[in-house]
Amino acid sequence: MRDHLRLEVVTQTRRVLEVEAEEVQLPGTLGALGVLPGHTPLLTTLGIGELMYRSDHRESYLALQWGFAEVLPDRVTVLASIAEMPEEIDVATAERERDEAEVALKTAGAMEVKMITARLQMALTRIKVAERRNS
Amino acid sequence: MPSTRDLRRRIRSVKGTQQLTKAMKMVAAAKLRRAQQRIVQARPYSATLARVLASLAARTEHTHPLLRPSKGETAWLVVVTSDKGLCGAFNSNLLREASVLLQSGRWESVEIVAVGRKAVDHFRKRGYAVVHAETEMMSHLTAQDGPKLADEFIRSYTSGQVGSVWLMYNRFLSLIRHERVLARLLPVEPPAEPDLAEPNVDYIYEPDAKTLLAELLPRHVQIQVQTALYDSAAAEQAARMTAMDAATKNAHDMIKHLTLVYNRTRQAAITKELIEIVSGAQALEE
Repeated sequence: MRDHLRLEVVTQTRRVLEVEAEEVQLPGTLGALGVLPGHTPLLTTLGIGELMYRSDHRESYLALQWGFAEVLPDRVTVLASIAEMPEEIDVATAERERDEAEVALKTAGAMEVKMITARLQMALTRIKVAERRNS
Repeated sequence: MPSTRDLRRRIRSVKGTQQLTKAMKMVAAAKLRRAQQRIVQARPYSATLARVLASLAARTEHTHPLLRPSKGETAWLVVVTSDKGLCGAFNSNLLREASVLLQSGRWESVEIVAVGRKAVDHFRKRGYAVVHAETEMMSHLTAQDGPKLADEFIRSYTSGQVGSVWLMYNRFLSLIRHERVLARLLPVEPPAEPDLAEPNVDYIYEPDAKTLLAELLPRHVQIQVQTALYDSAAAEQAARMTAMDAATKNAHDMIKHLTLVYNRTRQAAITKELIEIVSGAQALEE
């Protein structure tokens, strides 16, 4: 049994990441899921959240928004609409986005709530991932 | 024989043209670099998506409206050209092939979706039914253009308005090469997986195979359209660069030839004048 997973993260505009990882955690739409080498083949949709991967005993994070993941025993392929590394995230913009979304949520109609919640969630994820960089 | 003044004027005019073609070549080269980068960066996503979709389609018995033939009778032919000209045979070759295809009777009833001003003009002038025309898109291509078009195709397809959608465009291969491509967009042909290493592996699907197909397929169609647009944009700039390079070279040759003729004419005129003066002087002496 191999003890590594080949993790590949691609978006429509670029290949964000390609690494060997010992463990990957994905933000699945039905809840977070952890993947270790030798995992059963799995195909899942992804929601908004952070992706964690452990490589050389160091944990790294990515902010993800919507997509799919294909899990095979020796590799994980993530297709995301948005995938950002901590150093790419502009915290100030994310915080502004969060505040705007929070304000908008108070006055939003039933139709808009879903969209604004998604925006808020993405902003929160970005902030969280960006903070990981400093810890 | 043209006078030296006419020749000078012509040389100046050709030089002006040469400067123009040279500048256009530089602009095309710069735009090509951007377009090429975009297509190269977009390819991993579309390739991975196609692979995932292939393995999903191969392993599940579920089906989806976009995989099934539609009840529509009409076919849509999406022809992607450029908005601007001066790019050699880039557009004319594709449009000629499209015309041949349309006259071959492959589809009983066919309507045109024209992307790029050149395609729009071409088909309108020849009286084809153009159901959708994009005259600005190729000049300012964004990542949203493909999905926007694709969504319209999907809507028309699922509503039964059209029976199939075909894409025709120039695929970018290299600086000097592009190939004309005709591909069926709808109904989706699940891409064949080249190396199905574990054909009997049963996936776990989250939430379930049907939902996944429903999410993956529209995305796949969007990406295919977007890739076609990116490909065409890159191939257009490459074709323009090659065409303008050839034009610059031609201008150079022409200037060389004209300069030669000019010098000869000038010398002939001087010689003639000298002979006149000398013979005039001789006549006076006698």
